[in-house]
Amino acid sequence: MNMKEELIIAGFGGQGVLSMGRILAYSGIIQDKEVTWMPSYGPEMRGGTANVTVIISDKRISSPILQWCDTAIVLNQQSMDKFEPMIKEGGVLLYDPNGISRHPTRKDIKVYTIDAVDLANKMEMSRVFNMVVLGAYLKVKPILETENVIKGLRKSLPERYHHLIPLNEKAIEVGMQHVKEV
Amino acid sequence: MDVKDIIKPENLVYSKSKVLTDTVMHYCPGCSHGVVHKLLAEVIEEMDIQDKTIGVSPVGCAVFAYKYINIDWQQAAHGRAPALATATKRLYPDKYVVAYQGDGDLASIGTAEIIHACNRGENIVVIFINNAIYGMTGGQMAPTTLLDMKTATTPYGRSVELNGHPLKITELVAQLEGTCYVTRQSVHTPASARRTKRAIKKALENSAQKKGTSLIEVVSTCNSNWKLSPVKANDWMVENMFPFYPLGDIKDR
Amino acid sequence: MAEKLLKKGNEAIALAAIRYGADGYFGYPITPQSEVMETLMEEMPWETTGMVVLQAESETSSINMLYGGACCGKKVMTSSSSPGISLMCEGLSYMAGAELPCLVVNVIRGGPGLGTIQPAQGDYFQAVKGGGHGDYKVIVLAPASVQEMYDFVGLSFDLAFKYRTPVMILSDGAIGQMMEKVELREPIKRLTDQEIAEKYGDWATVGKQPHRDGNIISSLSLEASEMEEINLRLQAKYQKIKENEVRYETLQCEDAEYMLVAFGSSARICESTVEMAREKGIKLGLLRPITLFPFPEEGIQKMLPQLKGVMSVELNAGQMVEDVKLAVNGKVPVEFYGRMGGSIFSPGEVFEAFSEKFNL
Repeated sequence: MNMKEELIIAGFGGQGVLSMGRILAYSGIIQDKEVTWMPSYGPEMRGGTANVTVIISDKRISSPILQWCDTAIVLNQQSMDKFEPMIKEGGVLLYDPNGISRHPTRKDIKVYTIDAVDLANKMEMSRVFNMVVLGAYLKVKPILETENVIKGLRKSLPERYHHLIPLNEKAIEVGMQHVKEV
Repeated sequence: MDVKDIIKPENLVYSKSKVLTDTVMHYCPGCSHGVVHKLLAEVIEEMDIQDKTIGVSPVGCAVFAYKYINIDWQQAAHGRAPALATATKRLYPDKYVVAYQGDGDLASIGTAEIIHACNRGENIVVIFINNAIYGMTGGQMAPTTLLDMKTATTPYGRSVELNGHPLKITELVAQLEGTCYVTRQSVHTPASARRTKRAIKKALENSAQKKGTSLIEVVSTCNSNWKLSPVKANDWMVENMFPFYPLGDIKDR
Repeated sequence: MAEKLLKKGNEAIALAAIRYGADGYFGYPITPQSEVMETLMEEMPWETTGMVVLQAESETSSINMLYGGACCGKKVMTSSSSPGISLMCEGLSYMAGAELPCLVVNVIRGGPGLGTIQPAQGDYFQAVKGGGHGDYKVIVLAPASVQEMYDFVGLSFDLAFKYRTPVMILSDGAIGQMMEKVELREPIKRLTDQEIAEKYGDWATVGKQPHRDGNIISSLSLEASEMEEINLRLQAKYQKIKENEVRYETLQCEDAEYMLVAFGSSARICESTVEMAREKGIKLGLLRPITLFPFPEEGIQKMLPQLKGVMSVELNAGQMVEDVKLAVNGKVPVEFYGRMGGSIFSPGEVFEAFSEKFNL
């Protein structure tokens, strides 16, 4: 069976949405998959919403632009409104309830939450908030081996941040432990 | 006695530079371009850099400079000679690169290119012929046209209201950190031509020493479009151009 | 095994430039392609290969720096996006006229005017029909992946020097900003000045050599008869390019009854549309022109006997469709579907448009 995961990550600019996608994509390459990473770019990145489409597949990837997605990771209300309807039947919605006023209503998808903002703040790891989310995602969708994700992290982080890798690893673990199915 | 009887080595008191070709110049009699071409060719010959010099010719009367000086030439789009020269010098740092431009080319359409090349301090030589008029297109107003001067597009004389002030671009580029040598010369007398020749030589030496950009303005005549005889054009230049465009070094370091 | 990296299309262009032995890059920042120069500056190739990288004062200046560099027989390139390319068209015309090799990358954004920074394909006409003044062509390559962004840099330089003509990589904001796996190829050494003088010294401005007069590079000839000769020579060259350099790719065309024609990012989206149609039992194929000039007319014509219809799919108001129609020459219906201004269609939207236009 060929694996193909079509994922959208969406939130505010500055939440680490694009870099989370980048780490996933790099991890995919390390695991010898085909990958695409397609960002929203431009002024909307500056303080507004940011989203990225990541596709990880065993086979050549056709369109980098999605009609529907397998999974949506949603980190703000605007993104919830925009991307909940785009999830395929039976797909996954993962979100951080922090700042969400209208929770998902669809019954034909699997919904998970991760209190990433709270967890990261409590552990004084607010800088690696996005890694908590990534951990939660990998728990729900174990498409890549954690070991490769750490390698991907190493590849996509500039060397001056490599001392933060243990902290990032920790954050991934925390995310894996605390993700909840709704 | 035939002319061949006169031209004998023992009678020879002057010969043109070997760097000049035998092509008859298209410049009008009395035009300053021919003199400046000759001076440039002589300096190239004296410095023995014919194989190391790359010229960039402009759009304007000097577009055909490549026909007269026997070096490798690039013919630039209007005003862009400093951009071509920049790339050429950066890609061949040991060669001599000379951009030869007129006032319409350098001071009007090519202001951005000359200012930025000078500001970057490109190790190039710029020869700037200022005759206060567009020659090639038939005598229209140039940015350097003097006030009250009549041209095809200022038939009643250049006015500040309509056309703004004449542009002293040479003083302008002299203020830029990247220029090392900025001078204003002329070629209307043997003495002034000798000074211009020395300026060209110094500019080429500066370029070899990587001191920055050297720009030589040559205040020139365009007797055809000024509608004066060559001699009267020289007189008119001395009387009208020199007070506004005074000769001499503006910067030398 | 060659190293595999995750890179943006724009970054791939920069890395390829260094590894394919480019001598100079001259550019000016504009979204969505600024990563090209940013990556080059970060890589500092002047320390390794000796490549010159310079931020010019404008796109006008960039293209004229290319003009100067190309005169020298050097491998020179620039990149920009739509408004910047408009400014470069004058220089491109000069370089085509003076028969100079260079690479210009256009990472298209939506227009006209300042437009938007989102992806579009509205510069097709500008790229393949001229853009600047006079009868000239540039070879136009349309990459559809980050790997092709990388590979086409090398291909462009080869073609540019083979035919002594400007080559354009016509990409868009989607391919430029997208990250994919890219495999770095074996680096090619830059030519030395000595090698350039030996290879191109008969035409390039490398300094006058003792055995010849000064080389003159110019696009000017005031004699009508001479200028006509030059034009005829250029046209003969373009004809040769048409005969030898057409490149395209087909997908599921063997049994196709309908065919989409799309290039670049549109072609990627159409690949999914083809998959959708096949799932529904509709025999749809895709022809992706890789060279937009020369256009794969014959590739399209070969398909016609089995086709009931063709649809050109573009991120513009319908530009390539004119070339598709010329190739089809009325033999089967030709339809068009497109979006503009930075909006991108999804594979499903393309499928809906296709079904509607052909009543399927």
